[in-house]
Amino acid sequence: MAFYQGLLSQNVWRLSLRMLGRDWRAGELRILLIAIIIAVACVTSVGFFTDRIQQALNYQSGELLGADLRVAADHPLPARVTASAKNYDLRSAETRSFRSMVQAGGVSRLAEIKAVSPGYPLRGALKTAPARFAKDNMTQDLPQPGEAWAGPQLLQQLGARVGDQLQLGHAQLRIAAVLTYEPDRSGDMFSIAPRLLINLSDLSVTGLIQEGSHVHYRFLLAGEPGAVADYRQALMPHLQRGENIEGAEDARPEVRSAMQRAQQFLGLAAVVAVMLACVAIAMAARRYAQRHLDTCAMLRCFGASQNRINHIFLLQLIVLSLFAGPLGVLSGFLAQEGLVVLLGQLIITDLPAPSWMTVWVGLLVAMGGVLGFALPPVLQLRDVPALRVLRRVAVQSAMSPRLQPAALLAYLFGLMMLVLLVIYQAGDVVLGGILLSGLLLATLLLWAAATFLTWGLNCFLQYFLRNFSQSKASAWHLGLVNLTRNRHVSTLQVMAFGVGLMVLLLLTIVRGDLLQGWAKGLSENAPNRFVINIQSQQLTDVRHFFTQNGMGDVELFPMVRGRLTAINGVSVSSQQYADSRAKGLVEREFNLSWAEKLQIDNHIVQGRWWGESSGDKKRFPREFSVEEGIAKTLGLKLGDRLTYLISGESFTATVSSLRSVQWDSFRANFFVLTPPGMLDNYPASYITSFFLPAEKSGVLDELVHVFPNLTVIDITAIMDQVRLIIERVSMAVEFVFLFTLAAGLLVMTAAIQSTLDVRLHENAVLRALGARRRRLWQSLAVEFFSLGALAGLLAAFFASVLGAVIAYRVLEMDYLFSPWLWVWGLLGGGVGVGLAGIIGTRQVVNSPPLAVLQKL
Amino acid sequence: MSESVNQPILLVEGLGKNVANHANREHVSADDELVILHDIDLCIQRGDSVAIVGPSGSGKSTLLGLMAGLDVPTRGTIFLDGKNILQLNEDERAALRGEKIGFVFQSFQLLPSFTALENVMLPLELQDNGGTYAQAREQAGQLLARVGLSEREHHYPSQLSGGEQQRVAIARAFVSKPSLLFADEPTGNLDTHTGQQVIDFMFELNREQDTTLVLVTHDHVLANRCARVLELQDGQFCRAAKVEQG
Ligand SMILES: Nc1ncnc2c1ncn2[C@@H]1O[C@H](COP(=O)(O)OP(=O)(O)O)[C@@H](O)[C@H]1O
Ligand SMILES: [Mg+2]
Repeated sequence: MAFYQGLLSQNVWRLSLRMLGRDWRAGELRILLIAIIIAVACVTSVGFFTDRIQQALNYQSGELLGADLRVAADHPLPARVTASAKNYDLRSAETRSFRSMVQAGGVSRLAEIKAVSPGYPLRGALKTAPARFAKDNMTQDLPQPGEAWAGPQLLQQLGARVGDQLQLGHAQLRIAAVLTYEPDRSGDMFSIAPRLLINLSDLSVTGLIQEGSHVHYRFLLAGEPGAVADYRQALMPHLQRGENIEGAEDARPEVRSAMQRAQQFLGLAAVVAVMLACVAIAMAARRYAQRHLDTCAMLRCFGASQNRINHIFLLQLIVLSLFAGPLGVLSGFLAQEGLVVLLGQLIITDLPAPSWMTVWVGLLVAMGGVLGFALPPVLQLRDVPALRVLRRVAVQSAMSPRLQPAALLAYLFGLMMLVLLVIYQAGDVVLGGILLSGLLLATLLLWAAATFLTWGLNCFLQYFLRNFSQSKASAWHLGLVNLTRNRHVSTLQVMAFGVGLMVLLLLTIVRGDLLQGWAKGLSENAPNRFVINIQSQQLTDVRHFFTQNGMGDVELFPMVRGRLTAINGVSVSSQQYADSRAKGLVEREFNLSWAEKLQIDNHIVQGRWWGESSGDKKRFPREFSVEEGIAKTLGLKLGDRLTYLISGESFTATVSSLRSVQWDSFRANFFVLTPPGMLDNYPASYITSFFLPAEKSGVLDELVHVFPNLTVIDITAIMDQVRLIIERVSMAVEFVFLFTLAAGLLVMTAAIQSTLDVRLHENAVLRALGARRRRLWQSLAVEFFSLGALAGLLAAFFASVLGAVIAYRVLEMDYLFSPWLWVWGLLGGGVGVGLAGIIGTRQVVNSPPLAVLQKL
Repeated sequence: MSESVNQPILLVEGLGKNVANHANREHVSADDELVILHDIDLCIQRGDSVAIVGPSGSGKSTLLGLMAGLDVPTRGTIFLDGKNILQLNEDERAALRGEKIGFVFQSFQLLPSFTALENVMLPLELQDNGGTYAQAREQAGQLLARVGLSEREHHYPSQLSGGEQQRVAIARAFVSKPSLLFADEPTGNLDTHTGQQVIDFMFELNREQDTTLVLVTHDHVLANRCARVLELQDGQFCRAAKVEQG
């Protein structure tokens, strides 16, 4: 415990701070400080940015609910739900929807009636048009008592127009407008019948709501995010059967999926930048320690204990991180503000203020980076032989290679921080694990390869000298000899350059793949319309209709509605799930489908797809393939037996595979699939998705005219939202990439600086002995070019391997091998490092030899 | 107390140092060792002043380093103020140095980022039971004045001449009131006149504080100001010359 007591000694503080101040003024701490700031700034700027985008998105997703939060029930909502909204200062509205026949002019059709209270919708706006096909506009109004707004399909089916009267139950209503858009309708994709919107006060007049009627009651809430969260928190434990809560974050899977991927990428890019910065921190600290060897020997000579040496430097580092942490957070914040400004009008809603969590994470990164990566080399200082005051010992042998337990502990601490950071940023332990262990492994291999290569170079050089000592390749000779003479340092440099280049190349690949993948997934022709409720006997006619109208051969997917009733024979109820999404999934019917082949935007993540094994395609096993997200939410595993209630009958099968689904592809996809032939006895309807060019919108009116029972769903709004996210995030990705670039350059600078002192001395001697500056330039260029080319070659190799792994395993995209990567690695590494090396060490050649020699 | 008065401040018996022959790192064999110091016996009494002379490479610095506990010998024993320093660990030896030993080096070894005053204060600040900051400042200031540098308290080593730097180093060596002062070629980097001045200060302070002085030099004039002169050659004392002062 004496260790900690010593830390409190005033003398130690004073000495430590004095030395820190002096080093700061002398510029000794610059790289270390910049490295810490970059590490913190990239974590925080990404954090702030995704934070705010996430909040803004939640706000926008609120439009899909027409509210920030929605409580839905199959019975009138009790006062405990509705009354407490006021306590939380939330605005509220109510809707009730049910199906009923609507009559007009002797025609009667089934419609989805929605009765709404004043205030609806709380988020987003309704759009109406004065007539069918007329241009629609946003409106703040609602149907007045005695009025109704009808969807265009309903008008078309009834053959009615605005101004006509219609009959709903006992009520006579005047059609006041054509309802073209409801923000919360798109969130409710599979509602079947066309819409009729009425005023809530007319509901009793219709006399349609009676005991046992099937009515969806919804209570909408909106307000401050904190208040909404509090309300939700308070209500959750009191939810009764048949009640559930939906928040903005439970929005559509398409949006969630795009956002999640974007966040993952941003987070990982940030982590990679942090890792690079940590390498830079470690290298800068190593140099810092080397430059304090004499000081420490002195202190030891005058009686400082080893602990005291540790204390002095530990305190310095702590102070440094306390200083650099907030500075990094501030830089991150400013950078993020800059990004927001850059994105300009892309941001529609006002971005909410960033959260404090990110600030803490940033400060922790500063502390972790310093204690984990700067501390170990500095701790080694305690082993400096005091004898150094009498006899200069070579720097390398003065730094004892034996790692102290404390230094080991510090590295472990740093590694832990990285692991936690990766998990925090990726939100996924497996993904984080892959990335981190991949990078660690690559670094280790890089070290081994660098050792081997410098050894090989040495052998080559020996051979060369023996056989061609007469030749005049003197700059080459000097440069290469420099490389091989201190193989340990060269290896370290190749490794540092290699790691830097590898990460840069890797990010270039992944970033390109990612952006390209998105662009492909959301191309101009991505499906923007769904048609549902196609009956089996209409299949050929509908197909025919589409081909006739030049829409090509559409894919029609069957759909059978069922409700999950039991898992492994044990009946399920929504009570056993805490998660509101899970509750909803258990309570609602959802769509089962069948398929013989796996869709291209699906991937099996566990288990096996049917038909892969059996040669006989006619006979399929009785199995389910479940989407991995829903499996996770409901806690389903391979081999579970699921029972669905379909049209009053139970259907049981075993889960044989889990699939990942690329929801942001906007194709029709299903949570649960069976092989063909399993569900033939149940009533099925069909669904299709396709791209409808704007100029062909008339085709759909004709479609609905010919097949009145079909419902067309327009998802352009959601797609636009996803496009917007992707656009924003793509820019953010480029932005974060800049940070990584900066961190990479920093590593190189630190690597170049690590040999600066030795070089200064040697070159001063060489120049004193009459070496020409030109010759020294050449030899420096040769040395750094060779270093960079070696590192670039290794980096290209490891970047392609890691890139392939990430593409396949993480982003689920195909990886394209590119020979350019190698060219870039080799030439870019050579030329880049060569130039950087020359620039970084120009003082070696330029400063007067006398000045240098006198300093030593 | 009375025992320790009669005890020699430094007693060295059978001291030897070997180093591995580093010229060919890759093929080290057992007998590939270089003997830098042979069996050295030496006894230094309190208040004594001893000069160790000898040509460059004869092992003077090595011997000094061993006696000050900066390095460990291959064989032999060293008693410093009655304590066998070879039985102490690194930190205990450091503590002993801080308490009892002062150093002056050929290359001054001032901390470049500390002012003259701060450099002189350093040994006091490193002591565990050292006084307050104000006391340390006071003592350091006095010593700097004593070597004629009170005007230069806030100057950095780079702003001082070699002689001035060495005077700062001397002030630093005496500030902790050591009982034993080791000086390794203190005038080696100075011209004759400046060296003379520096040496004068050193002997004055030595007398004032009644410090035992062990001086390594190849300068015979300087050596002759000491009570005893020992000559080292190839790691051995060639003659234990006891020169009477006068
Ligand atoms: N660590 C070491 N490794 C190899 N040789 C050493 C080492 N330390 C000292 N020597 C050698 O020991 C001899 C004595 O050195 P030193 O004590 O510095 O002599 P002096 O101070 O008298 O000039 C020299 O020849 C020196 O090269
Ligand atoms: Mg010497």
